[in-house]
Amino acid sequence: MAQPQAKSWNWRPASIWLLYAVGFVPAAWYFYLGATGQIPGNAVKVFEHLLGIWALRFLLATLAVTPLRDLAGFNLIRYRRALGLLAFWYVVMHFLTYMILDQNLNLSEIVKDIAERPFITIGMAALVMLVPLALTSNSWSIRRLGQRWNKLHKLSYVIVLAGATHYAMSVKVVTFEPFIYLVLAFLLVAYRPLRPRIMQWRKERRVSLSEAANR
Amino acid sequence: AAPLTTTPGPYATDEAHTSFQDITSYNNFYEFGTGKGDPASRSGDFQPEPWTLEVGGLVGKPKTFDVDALRAFPLEDRIYRMRCVEAWSMVIPWVGFPLAALLDQVEPLGSAKYVAFETVVRPEEMPGQRGLFQPMEWPYVEGLRLDEARHPLTILSVGLYGATLPKQNGAPVRLVVPWKYGFKGIKSIVRITLVEDEPVTSWSRMQPSEYGFYANVNPEVDHPRWSQASETRIGEGGFFNSARRPTLPFNGYAEEVASLYDGLDLRANY
Repeated sequence: MAQPQAKSWNWRPASIWLLYAVGFVPAAWYFYLGATGQIPGNAVKVFEHLLGIWALRFLLATLAVTPLRDLAGFNLIRYRRALGLLAFWYVVMHFLTYMILDQNLNLSEIVKDIAERPFITIGMAALVMLVPLALTSNSWSIRRLGQRWNKLHKLSYVIVLAGATHYAMSVKVVTFEPFIYLVLAFLLVAYRPLRPRIMQWRKERRVSLSEAANR
Repeated sequence: AAPLTTTPGPYATDEAHTSFQDITSYNNFYEFGTGKGDPASRSGDFQPEPWTLEVGGLVGKPKTFDVDALRAFPLEDRIYRMRCVEAWSMVIPWVGFPLAALLDQVEPLGSAKYVAFETVVRPEEMPGQRGLFQPMEWPYVEGLRLDEARHPLTILSVGLYGATLPKQNGAPVRLVVPWKYGFKGIKSIVRITLVEDEPVTSWSRMQPSEYGFYANVNPEVDHPRWSQASETRIGEGGFFNSARRPTLPFNGYAEEVASLYDGLDLRANY
């Protein structure tokens, strides 16, 4: 049977680049709206909060990859690095917007905020923890670090909890949105210690089902 | 919005007025939702007319005012700075009359020391008041000391930019106390009660460590989660020069009101 000689075009790497491109659309679009005076009210705050929310969404998406594969058989593992890096870049943009556009580089105020206001301290800690993860997100580091890479990247659980807490603590009233982000972060992290047991149980069930079918 | 007949009032500022668009699209009015745009976009069902405002408690002559009675007070243009506790500010051309004028009509008793205010509760018209996850306990309540309430800067507003008040700004009648954070300016008021003891206020009930009874604008007392030393003037500057301006003690009205607080520790009584 005749096989095609070579794949003319591999959609997989392209789809990852597409994810990056689409992932930066909210930031780019709102930056454009803000820069052209099309965000009414408090444009800088709107932009700053938008970047923070998207950072949190990408963090949650990154941590959802494993349970989605385990429980729904939906494998997005090849997109996980891109999701994590998008989260990192959104956190960086969120912080730069706060520092430059919001605080006008008033360093004494920024230092005071980070040191004295717990929700900002927590947010800053999340950004600091994201740096080593972003730096070791390349394939060379993954090979080089081996098991230590896995250990290091468990920091993402602390980061997502910190991010969701930072959001909930930043608002005047914890409404549905920050609440739901906290719940999702908690569930995604709580899944990790339960995972071996869940996988074992699913395996046993598969075995007994197939035994029943063979009987 | 219907036009109102007004005369120029005192305390005008020569600072640029915030645009009608910004004043009516960037609001905190949690009865319609917690988003800044919610009060404008989700207040369609709200019926500010007819309306009655009951004034009672420790008074000689309790009285109920309808909208026409409220608009029958001599209306003045009062152009005030408005400083939100969230560190943004506006300059708003209100139309209103001194609260003292209304209090005079009901003749407060000597035992009255405070004035308590209450917002309408109408879940069927106010989407923020129904469903799960309501942001706070209703009705929204506020209060002033009687001398604060009688201060000539304190007004009941029935209009904005020379016309009746839009729903999102607290139609048909709201309080404006320009030297205090914006949340003291209770909206869509249905009840004013003269009382002897300091009344409960919504934000301090919810988060007493962050919001006090007085809520005087004070650049030296930070909100625990953000600095109050500076503010962003809405609609001014741009994305790249959001030029924060320093916040003034009592929002720039210190000359008029600072003496009300002689001997009061403003750090403890925030």
